[in-house]
Amino acid sequence: MQERQIETRRGLKCRVLEAGQGAPLVFFHGAGGLFKEEPLLERLAAHCRVYAPEWPGYGVEGGEEKLEDMLDFALHGWDVVDALGLDESVRLAGHSMGGMIAAEMACIANRSLEKLALVAPAGLWLDAHPIPDMFSMLPFELVGALFAEPKNGEKFLTGGIDFSNPQALQNFLVTNARRLGTAGKILFPIPNRRLSKRLYRLVAPTLIVWGSADKLIPLPYAERWQKLVPHAQLSVIDGGAHMVPYEQPEPVAAELVRFLG
Amino acid sequence: MKFTWFNLMPWPHLPENFRETHRSVWVDISSKLYDPAEGNRVYHEYMDQLEYADSLGFDGIGVNEHHQNAYGLMPSPNIIAAGLARRTSRAAIAVIGNSIALYNPPIRVAEEFAMLDVISGGRLVAGFPVGTPMDTNFCYGQIPALTRDKYYEAHELIMKAWREPEPFAFDGKYNQLRYVNCWPRPIQKPHPPIYIPGGGSIETWDFCVENDYNYSYLSYAGYKAGKALLDGYWERVAALGKDESPYRAAFAQVVCVADTDADAEKLYAEHVLYFYNRCLHVYLGFADPPGYRTIKTIQSGKLNQFRAENQRLFTSLTWKELVDGGYVIAGSPETVRERMEHMIKSLRLGSLFLLFQIGNMPNDKVKHSTKLFAERVMPQLRDLWPEWKNDDRFWCKPLETRVRPEETFAARNGR
Repeated sequence: MQERQIETRRGLKCRVLEAGQGAPLVFFHGAGGLFKEEPLLERLAAHCRVYAPEWPGYGVEGGEEKLEDMLDFALHGWDVVDALGLDESVRLAGHSMGGMIAAEMACIANRSLEKLALVAPAGLWLDAHPIPDMFSMLPFELVGALFAEPKNGEKFLTGGIDFSNPQALQNFLVTNARRLGTAGKILFPIPNRRLSKRLYRLVAPTLIVWGSADKLIPLPYAERWQKLVPHAQLSVIDGGAHMVPYEQPEPVAAELVRFLG
Repeated sequence: MKFTWFNLMPWPHLPENFRETHRSVWVDISSKLYDPAEGNRVYHEYMDQLEYADSLGFDGIGVNEHHQNAYGLMPSPNIIAAGLARRTSRAAIAVIGNSIALYNPPIRVAEEFAMLDVISGGRLVAGFPVGTPMDTNFCYGQIPALTRDKYYEAHELIMKAWREPEPFAFDGKYNQLRYVNCWPRPIQKPHPPIYIPGGGSIETWDFCVENDYNYSYLSYAGYKAGKALLDGYWERVAALGKDESPYRAAFAQVVCVADTDADAEKLYAEHVLYFYNRCLHVYLGFADPPGYRTIKTIQSGKLNQFRAENQRLFTSLTWKELVDGGYVIAGSPETVRERMEHMIKSLRLGSLFLLFQIGNMPNDKVKHSTKLFAERVMPQLRDLWPEWKNDDRFWCKPLETRVRPEETFAARNGR
């Protein structure tokens, strides 16, 4: 995928991955950030023009201190869409935290949206199915909560870093602190910023994709989404964990392509 | 030197296999381990000990705030401090402190500390910790990346509430108050001495130095491990062009005094090991949520190395390792004096928070150790900083003519 830097009207700089031809799709990544390999985005790029902006706090540029609450994140999302020069009605997608923000964007500016696709979005809370506290998890616990296959977790999360090298370890700690520190502003301690009371405003055609074996945000959340957004279509990926876009990119891409047209 | 007798108030009945059967002493520890009827006995024993320290001439008696923690049973230290303010009339009451970002609104701290200062006749030493991640983020739900920002705002609000004589409006990011008006007012002007307990975040150093607040390094790793951090602090003091008053720094230290070095091990080892091997068993995932520490602090590197070492050592420390490593200063009065003098001078400390009650140590041993220290060690260490003896900026200034409740009660009630 190609890479470029954009600057929003607020002055926040961020990296955007882009690829493909055709109608635009803006895809917002989850709390883990953009990885070295983005298998879902690569597959989607065979069918449309994909833009994957990086949230502040996730790249080399600073500016994350300007995002303090959910409204800041959602408005930044729209600032990015503006900075990409996408003036026609836009299609948004997002995974996990990215899905939560995309849904919030859709509720705030519900006339600007053509379609919305959410993969295992965060943003809701069910007392009967508490989402595990990923902010207190040790790396090996996190891998188990996110991935169906632990080997995949190591590959995506740490990218083969040599932790016996002190400088590499320190860089990893700094990167991790910035990324999850930023994510914590909308996910800590409970990933619920009252999106549920605004979801009635979501009128665009909506697709919700969920892994049947998601241990972080389990399947009952998919049902809750569907209850709150009655016109949403739900696709369940058999055996998929929370990181289903990385572990099963083929079926997830197929569902998105079918929905987006 | 200022000596404060400090009580963490640990629960003394954690099972022997606590490490194996529980993942953490803090945050999600099962409350089945707590027995309220036994708690009644324990609180009074611990408060008696603080009052005993006052009677032996310690400069201060100290308490602090922890939540959901089996080694720190004071979610509200102000409640204990209020009891002490009524039952003592001499020592400073050091509340180290209130986690000001957790009070909603933080004006509550300005009010309660003012109450304590007034009831005690101006004996309050006021601590404002940022708060540990366990207390602040995991128990009290504050967002890690915003905790420090919220802390600074709470500090600004409290100090302004103590300073301004007329009501004012406060338009903060986390607190909006139309009428800030602190009643009662603290006795000490412009405010009680401020102590900032820190765990090693480097931003806290500059904050203390710029405001002339005492920086209190509170760890349980002892003076040898604390040296690197205190050196870093003193470098900042010098770099910011401030004087080097030793009263700018305080340090927490576990101390066990016996008649001989061998007696110290015999009397205290099991209780000290209870503390290090059971009470400090904190689940690693609670220690450092992303966003709590600033990037600058992580990059300084000191902390990571230090913390990793702590975790490794705390798993199975022996008495010898604890004493040799400086975690604990233990032995005869002469041994303790010699080690403490070395610690005070090498770390440049004007103020000490001393832990005599440690782990599950029973009352008679706590009093024995405390008394030996007060009579045979403390007098020898009093005047280690003669050139700074007139520096009263970092300690409380009680009223000369204050109510002494134990005397007035007897007079009024004819006893």
